[in-house]
Amino acid sequence: MSSKSPPAPLDYLRRWPLRLWIAGVAFFLYAPLVTLIAFSFNESRRNIVWTGFTFDWYAQVFQDDALIEAFVNSLTIAAISTVISVILGALVAVAMWRFRFPGKPVFEGLLALPIVVPEICMGVAMLVFFSRILPWPSDLPWPLDLGAITIAHVSFSFPFVAVIVRARLLSFNRELEEAAKDLGASEWRAFMDVLVPHMRPALVAGALLAFTLSLDDFVITFFTSGPDTVTFPVKVYSMVRFSVTPEVNAASTLLILITVVLTAIGLRMQGKDIARAEGGA
Amino acid sequence: MAKTLISIQNITKRFGNFAAVDDVSLEIAEGEFFALLGPSGCGKTTLLRMLAGLEMPTEGQILIDGQDMSRVPPNKRPVNMVFQSYAVFPHMSVKANVGYGLRIDKVAKDEIEARVREALALVKLDGLEERKPDQLSGGQRQRVALARALVKRPRVLLLDEPLSALDAKLREAMRSELAQIQEKVGVTFVMVTHDQDEALAMATRCGVMHRGVLQQVAAPSDLYEYPNNRFVADFIGSVNLFEGTLTIDEPDHAMIESEELGGPIHLDHGVTGATGATVWAALRPEKIAMAHRDEGAAAPQETNVVPGVVRHLSYLGNETLYEVEIACGRRIKVTRSNVARYEERGFSGGEPVWLSWHPRAPAVLLS
Ligand SMILES: Nc1ncnc2c1ncn2[C@@H]1O[C@H](COP(=O)(O)OP(=O)(O)OP(=O)(O)O)[C@@H](O)[C@H]1O
Ligand SMILES: [Mg+2]
Repeated sequence: MSSKSPPAPLDYLRRWPLRLWIAGVAFFLYAPLVTLIAFSFNESRRNIVWTGFTFDWYAQVFQDDALIEAFVNSLTIAAISTVISVILGALVAVAMWRFRFPGKPVFEGLLALPIVVPEICMGVAMLVFFSRILPWPSDLPWPLDLGAITIAHVSFSFPFVAVIVRARLLSFNRELEEAAKDLGASEWRAFMDVLVPHMRPALVAGALLAFTLSLDDFVITFFTSGPDTVTFPVKVYSMVRFSVTPEVNAASTLLILITVVLTAIGLRMQGKDIARAEGGA
Repeated sequence: MAKTLISIQNITKRFGNFAAVDDVSLEIAEGEFFALLGPSGCGKTTLLRMLAGLEMPTEGQILIDGQDMSRVPPNKRPVNMVFQSYAVFPHMSVKANVGYGLRIDKVAKDEIEARVREALALVKLDGLEERKPDQLSGGQRQRVALARALVKRPRVLLLDEPLSALDAKLREAMRSELAQIQEKVGVTFVMVTHDQDEALAMATRCGVMHRGVLQQVAAPSDLYEYPNNRFVADFIGSVNLFEGTLTIDEPDHAMIESEELGGPIHLDHGVTGATGATVWAALRPEKIAMAHRDEGAAAPQETNVVPGVVRHLSYLGNETLYEVEIACGRRIKVTRSNVARYEERGFSGGEPVWLSWHPRAPAVLLS
């Protein structure tokens, strides 16, 4: 055997330039987050020097009514828009998968539009839409006053759900649905008993994506929110305009935590579902 | 024959301009094990799917139990199907799969329990109730599909190539088991297959399809011994076909002059054809006898004897297949059972032989 044999693909990982590269990527990816989280526990009011460990900023977050209200608004909008997006997205995906109709390619293209259109344009479009076409009354009781933002969020998240579900449907064995009907199931029963279980991993993934998209969104929300309907990112932005306080760090850390936990749960459910579906198909 | 259960009347199914099933008419009696046989793409599955209601006929109608099925959706037909992919629900346990149809019919809980147990015992799956399909072998999954369909006590059970996904050994075993199950439950089976051995071994009656057209419907032995046309003769088993002209056609004897054979074929029965017409004689390899031919010896005086030379032989265990070249260069397939473990004087390559056959051995085909 020659000692100059070319390295196997994984051997490249053992070479120092590559390791350095990976370390660099990891650093720029995670260092800002680590800094943010670390300084949320810093005693000093200014985010420059470490003076000691404290939970004070978290306590302060939980006492800031405006921040909590924004937080609750965000979660409410995310929850409602996720439910609507998943249902709407799944139905659109099933319709596109099952039916052939004139103008279908055009429709499919249009569906992807909210995914590719720059967010700022979507934001402006929403602003114009809700001020000219469908003015959303501002004096509605909570949570109805969040309607405009929720609609805006649905409009940019349901295409993601549709795309994910559509991809999942490609692996569906149509004989399963026919078997259900053959055994006496109506169109609707067959859909619920066979197609929905097959779509489940995609529905979970889509819900997760819709939820985080909604929770995170700043640009589009900024254009559709009113003075009484502030979401968490918008609130944080307004706080940061004065100064980046440890309170903001603490609030952001909480948001990261929620997102990470939700993603972990979702990925686990999805992993189990797919393992089961693939094995038994 | 028992009373007619399924009556297929001039059914045609077109996909665009292409007729997948072309003017098929067929009656299937109660309790039959009917096999639809044909090469890939001949329209067997399409015909089966029309019986299940999963495909709508372009023309013609289907009656089950005397009732027109044209407007009856699949979930309202007294018919259940075992799909080619088995289509076992992956997210349900074996028990839930088998009980699915009964739950939809809102059968009482304990009755479901009892019938599912009975069905699983019938297909020998007892003990695996709680398993998920991904924990089953292919053969076991197929049994789940079978139990799931039978538990609904359908009038007709449709099976689409039920054994094609199994390995050879299991297929053999399932053949007799399926036939036994059918005998036990007494349900009418309609099975689709492209494996002729399977159809001949299991079915009480077979239909042979070719390019959407039903060529012949008969009992397995009749299909083999009395094929209607060249396609059926060639598709079922192996055959030597000789084109020729019918020169004599009397009630008690007939003769076909065949250039391909280089001589006449004598029959001891009449053929209902016009003398002078082109016909084909189909001669099965096992119906040809082979004898040693010594160089220079005079030809035997009997009819239906042709000289040839063994060109190739394949030992198949139970029998040996010989390819014998006759004067005009054509090769004729001849099989001989290996009745003894060795022969004093066997046939080897290059050996001159006489081929002969009984005057009732060839089937005469008019098309
Ligand atoms: N939905 C469809 N659209 C167009 N053509 C079809 C459709 N379904 C079947 N066909 C065509 O009809 C013909 C018969 O198909 P079918 O599935 O009945 O064949 P088959 O006899 O079951 O063959 P195999 O043994 O391969 O399963 C084929 O040529 C097929 O291409
Ligand atoms: Mg088929």
